Amino acid sequence: MTGATVSQKRRWRDAPLALAMLGPSLLVLGIFVLYPLGRAVWLGQQRCNYQGRDCQSVGWGQYTNVIKSEEFQQALWVTIKFAAITVPLGLAFGVGLAVLADRHLKGMRFFRTVFSSTIATSVAVASLMWLFLLQPSVGVLANVGWLNSVFPVIKEPGLLNDPGTALWSVGISSVWANLGFTFILVTAGLQGIPRELQESAYVDGAGGWARFKHVTLPLLSPTLLFTTVVLTSRAFQAYGEMDLLTNGGPVPQDSTTTVTYFIYGSSSIIKNNDGLQAAVAILLFIVLLGLSALQFRGFGKRVHYGS
Amino acid sequence: MALDTAPRGWRAGGRYALLITTAFLILFPVYTTVIAALKPGNKVLENPLLPDAFTLSVLGDAWTEGRLGRYLFNSAVVAVIVTVAQLATSIISAYAFSFLVFPLKRVLFGIFLATLLVPLEVTLVVNRRTIDSLGWLNSFSGLTVPFMATAFGTFLLRQVFLQIPPDLREASQMDGLGHWGFMKEVAIPLVRPTMGALGLFAFLSSWNQYLWPTLITTEDDMNTVQTGLRLLRSSDLDKPNLIMAGTIIAAVPILIVLIVFQRQLVRGLTAGAVKG
Repeated sequence: MTGATVSQKRRWRDAPLALAMLGPSLLVLGIFVLYPLGRAVWLGQQRCNYQGRDCQSVGWGQYTNVIKSEEFQQALWVTIKFAAITVPLGLAFGVGLAVLADRHLKGMRFFRTVFSSTIATSVAVASLMWLFLLQPSVGVLANVGWLNSVFPVIKEPGLLNDPGTALWSVGISSVWANLGFTFILVTAGLQGIPRELQESAYVDGAGGWARFKHVTLPLLSPTLLFTTVVLTSRAFQAYGEMDLLTNGGPVPQDSTTTVTYFIYGSSSIIKNNDGLQAAVAILLFIVLLGLSALQFRGFGKRVHYGS
Repeated sequence: MALDTAPRGWRAGGRYALLITTAFLILFPVYTTVIAALKPGNKVLENPLLPDAFTLSVLGDAWTEGRLGRYLFNSAVVAVIVTVAQLATSIISAYAFSFLVFPLKRVLFGIFLATLLVPLEVTLVVNRRTIDSLGWLNSFSGLTVPFMATAFGTFLLRQVFLQIPPDLREASQMDGLGHWGFMKEVAIPLVRPTMGALGLFAFLSSWNQYLWPTLITTEDDMNTVQTGLRLLRSSDLDKPNLIMAGTIIAAVPILIVLIVFQRQLVRGLTAGAVKG
C-alpha cells in the first residue's frame, strides 16, 4: 500500500454521499439553467415552424441578421433609455430617502415603513396601480378636471399612449415599484457606517454636505455598486410593466418595446419564432454580462471596501 | 452623541415637512387604489381623489367573479413548494460543498456559481419547450420544478457552514456522530437565521414571478395571482374599481408576510449584496 492509493481512497471516500446530496440541485440547475443556455445558443441559428417544431439550421448568420435588424436595434435603444431613466432616478431617490430617514426622530418608524412599503408590490400590482393613475379614459389623473386642462396630454392621447411620454411613464412606475428595495438596501448600508466616523467629522467642523460627501458616500460605495448592478439588470429584464401598461407601444414606434419585451411580448413580431427568440435572448445575455463587467471595472476602482 | 440628538427648531421642522411630503407622494398611488376599490362602479370616475362612497361588494366581486380566491390559492401552493424545495436542496448541497471530500469539488462549485450569471429571461425560451415536452403546461410541476434549486442558496449557506471550525466536525466524529447527525445537531441550527432570510427571499421571488407563468399557463384554473391580475386587466378595463380591488387582494397577503418577517427581509436583501 502506497501513500498515493491511501489519499486516492480518501478523495473518493464521500463521493457517493456527495453525489446524493448534490444530485437534486445539479439536476434542476442542469436541466433548467445550463441545458437551456446551451440549447438557446444552438436554437439561435435555427428556424422553427410557428408551433416551435421542425427546427432547421439556417446558419450562424441569423445572429448577425438579428443584430443588424432595425427591430433589435430599436429594442436595445429603448432598453438603454429605460435603464438611463430608472437607474439614476432609483438610486437618487433611494439614497435621498435613506439619508432623510437616517435620524432618531419621533415617528421615524412610520416613515421608514412607508418608504419600504413598495417592496410589497409585485410588478403586476404596481403596474396596475399606475395604470389606474395614468390611463386616459378611466384613469385618475384624466378625471381630475384642472389637471388635464393644464396638461392636455393626460387625456389626449394619454401619457401611456404618447410616444414622447410613454417610456417615462413606465419608467416612473418602475422606479416607484423598486423604491422600497433601494431604500432598504441603502438604509442597511448607512447603518453599517460607524457613528464615530460621522461624529469625528462633525467635531472637526465638517458641515452636513461635507460629511455626506467625504464620509457617508465613500463608505456607502459597495452598497451603491450593488444597487446599481441590480437596478440595471432589472431594467434590462423589465417585462411586466410593458405588458400591463403599454403592450410595448405606442405603435408604430414601439416606444416601450425593450429587449425582453421584444422576446416574449404578446405583440412582438417574433413571438411565434423560437429561433429568433433564442437568438435575441442570447444577445441579451451577452449584453448583460458585458454591462456587469463594465460596472465592476469602472465603478469597482472607486469602491471603498474599508480596511 | 452629537449626531443622534434631534436637531431643534426649524431644521427638525424642515425635515418633517420633507418626510411628510415624500410619504404622501409615495402613498398616493396606494391611496387612489384603495378608494377606487371601495367605491361602487358608477362613482369611480366622478371624484377619483375623494372617498365619497363606500362598498365592500367590489372586493367580493373580485374574489368570486374575478376568481382572485382561486389564484391566491395557486400562488400560495407554488410559493410554498418552491420555498421548501429550495431550502432543502440548498442545505444538502451546501453541506456537501462544506464538509464532504470528493473529486471535482471545486469545478462543480464553479459551475454552481456560474449559473448565477444566467438571467432567467435567457433560459425561458427553451424551458417553455422543455415543460411542453414533459407535458407540464398548466401544471404545478411546470410552475415549481424549474425553481427548486438555486446556486444562491447553496452559496449563502456554505458561507455560514465554512465558519464552523473543522475541530468541531472531528470531535463530533469521535463521538460517533455521522454526517446526518452532525447536520441535524450542529450545522442546521447554526444556519437557521440565514435559512429564514433565504426562505423569505425564495417565497417572495416565487410569488412575484410574472413572465414564466404567462408562458406556460393557458387554463384559467392554473393562473397565479400575477397572471390572474393580467387577465383581469385585459377583460375588465371598463371596471377599474374591480381591477383595483383585485390588486389589493393580491397585495395584502404579501404585506402580511412582510410585516411578520421584517427582520428576515433586511437580512435577505442585504445578503444578496454578497451575490454581486
